[in-house]
Amino acid sequence: MADLSMDMCGIKSPNPFWLASAPPANSGEQVMRAFDAGWGGAVWKTLGEPIVNVSSRFGSIDYQGSRIAGFNNIELITDRPLETNFKEIAEVKKKYPKHAVVVSLMVETKEEWRDIIKRSEDAGADGLELNFGCPHGMCERGMGSSVGQEPSVLERITSWVMEYANVPVLVKLTPNIGDILDPGRAAVRGGADGLSLINTIKSLMGVDLDRMVPMPRVGDASTNGGYCGPAVKPIALHMVAALARDPKVKIPISGIGGISNWRDAAEFMALGATTVQVCTAVMHYGYRIVEDMIDGLSRFLDERGLARANQLVGMAIPNYLEWGQLDLNYRVVADINAETCIGCQLCYVACQDGAHQCIHLGTTPCQAYHGAHDHAQSVRLLEDPVAHDPLHAHKPRVPWVDEDECVGCNLCALVCPVEGCITMREIPHDAGRESWNERVAKSR
Amino acid sequence: MAWKLPHERLEKKFEDKKPLYTKAEALVEAHRCLFCHDAPCIKSCATAIDIPGFIKQIAHGNMRGAAHTILSANMLGASCAQVCPVEVMCAGSCVLNDLNETPIAIGRLQRYATTEGLRDEVQSQRKLFTPRPAVGKKVALIGSGPASLACAGYLALAGVKAVVFERDELPGGLNTTGVAPYKLVSDDALREVGWILSHGVELKCGVALGKDITVDQLLDDYDAVFLGLGLGRDRSLGIPGEDADGVWGATFLIRAIKHHASFTIGEHVRQIAVVGAGNTAIDIARELAELTAAEVIMVYRRSRGHMSGYAHEMKQATQSGVRFMENARPVAIESADGQVTGLRVAVPEGSYTVPCQWVVQAVGQERIAATMDLGVAFDSHGRIVADEHRRTSHPRVYAGGDCVNGGREVVNAAADGRIAAYAMLASWGLDY
Repeated sequence: MADLSMDMCGIKSPNPFWLASAPPANSGEQVMRAFDAGWGGAVWKTLGEPIVNVSSRFGSIDYQGSRIAGFNNIELITDRPLETNFKEIAEVKKKYPKHAVVVSLMVETKEEWRDIIKRSEDAGADGLELNFGCPHGMCERGMGSSVGQEPSVLERITSWVMEYANVPVLVKLTPNIGDILDPGRAAVRGGADGLSLINTIKSLMGVDLDRMVPMPRVGDASTNGGYCGPAVKPIALHMVAALARDPKVKIPISGIGGISNWRDAAEFMALGATTVQVCTAVMHYGYRIVEDMIDGLSRFLDERGLARANQLVGMAIPNYLEWGQLDLNYRVVADINAETCIGCQLCYVACQDGAHQCIHLGTTPCQAYHGAHDHAQSVRLLEDPVAHDPLHAHKPRVPWVDEDECVGCNLCALVCPVEGCITMREIPHDAGRESWNERVAKSR
Repeated sequence: MAWKLPHERLEKKFEDKKPLYTKAEALVEAHRCLFCHDAPCIKSCATAIDIPGFIKQIAHGNMRGAAHTILSANMLGASCAQVCPVEVMCAGSCVLNDLNETPIAIGRLQRYATTEGLRDEVQSQRKLFTPRPAVGKKVALIGSGPASLACAGYLALAGVKAVVFERDELPGGLNTTGVAPYKLVSDDALREVGWILSHGVELKCGVALGKDITVDQLLDDYDAVFLGLGLGRDRSLGIPGEDADGVWGATFLIRAIKHHASFTIGEHVRQIAVVGAGNTAIDIARELAELTAAEVIMVYRRSRGHMSGYAHEMKQATQSGVRFMENARPVAIESADGQVTGLRVAVPEGSYTVPCQWVVQAVGQERIAATMDLGVAFDSHGRIVADEHRRTSHPRVYAGGDCVNGGREVVNAAADGRIAAYAMLASWGLDY
């Protein structure tokens, strides 16, 4: 079995799965139960000057009957006394010396940073995470994402922290910016040991149309919150990868954003995350989800012949290129398997209305506006699909692909409800590889 | 509503086999629908309801819209949701069958949508449909079954005065009197009748064609007449011994079970033979098997493969304990002291007596229309001849439902009613 242990800029944990700084890591009792369940580390819910929370606090969107495709919250940092938190951190570290306990912090003045760093380290924190990401409530007070959105401020506060800290320091970034490289590089300049991202995305969860109040509702009003959960994963993946491949960053990254299972975790790791942090999936299903994260990742690493989880980190980064570097000569076309097709014709309507009008119905030749470069000028008679594929005679609802016109966009395969029915078949060619950048360079 | 049913009746002892979905159940099921292009389910519906359309509306929480989609294609969408054999219609053609998945429970979703939509109509005091102003046309409809009600409903919405004549005290036709109680109870059927009437349709119960009114008279007073006569009494087998106590007609018995307070089944009835293998035979056999401790056996003159009843219905009847005897032709009913003791059947090997205290004849109903002087043409099977617009040989007389098709589903009758209504409107140059 592969070695899952991780060393993230000096913070060691038995596996890469950490609880993110959030309600699941709010108290010692919770963190200890999480460690018992299998979590390798926890980033304690952000400590700072005690605040007051509102009721209610969470919202979610369901998608086609599935609960919590996306989630948001308007909860602030810890509302428990600092002494209580530090006492519990010390207890957890005493009982679980091999697990990672990272303390998330958010204060304002240099003196406050010095004080809270000392108290965290005295309690036994293995590392610190600077919360420069919270996009609701705290940012109105000049903290959280209001720091993360100003690279110079972020750099200055990071350098204050580095003056005082004796344990590794992670800077947690907000995605609510134009280019993630700006705050990422600022953290590196400030001396950070590592990065964690993404924090939540500024959001309004929806509107109660009966009351005309956004959600989640607090009395007769609401406010913008932070968005997370499965729906944000692609955004987070991009930001993690953008930093992981940046030559000016080169510090370890803890990936966060919609991670719900081992496969999500493996994808983040392949794109450069050393550890991953999870919140929404735990809020939905509880700590036990880590069991299959461990099991699934172990089996995957074994299958790939990787002895250690850290070998996976960044494996897909060389294959994340700019658009201008992609091969223009690579071509695929849709292939509908008439045997398994159930005739729902979703591919047909998707191609007609949403893509490039290359999928057709009927068992007789059909007229389609095809053949011209702009796809909308001339009429071309297409051949009889039955002659093409005798199965069409028995299954007249099976659509067929005009391969000459198919641009290989994937849409039909994406909407098809039958697993493996539509595949994208590669068209061999002997033209070699040529990217847009190369073509432009040649034409100069 | 004016129509009262006895409080105590056997109908209430049955369990609803496909109960109303909760909202959560409906949403989960609605989200399973693939929203097919050119959906096969629509093509399998006689009324061509936009099924993927109303299912999407349920999924998006637009229950009024879903009900409107259904009811604008099928005025009897609420009862059809419960009585349609969806297994051989819309759900039978669902593409998920080809994926070896359970097809979408279209009937149950339709029941949910119509129930919620009509509940909202009552709560919000806003009707789903607003009839147009009167256009100065009058139509008489004979019989108050699904065909006439659908026709009358769509006529009323178009501003036509529709008057329905019913010989019974209860309106609704077979929906009220003849549907197995585990599918649809009479209260729900009558509620639907009331809803259709609420759009301005006039109903006259206790008025019999041939006695109180004639088609000729009606043609004098009305612009058109719609015949929704249904079928007649249960056919008898025409074998010796039919006058003994314990011989019943299937639809008579079904109605008795649904409505009568005093109708009871004696303890001496330990075996019941149901003759026939159509859907009515299956219904009554299953009802009796579920209601009594008696052994119920269906007796069919041909082999099982020839039966006209649906396989899925037969399977459920079998699960309720109904047995099936094929290739057995009834030849006589045996009795002692005027009470049935057995059914004599001819089998390929000779003949045999099935011991029973009841014999239920479920071999079809009489073609009542052919026995009346209606002034329209009939075919050799005693069915009224109607064209694709449901117009008979008389240019102002239309017909639909069982009296035309010989006995099909409620949805076919509802479709006939709408087609006839729209044909009448078109003949007067009116929009529908």
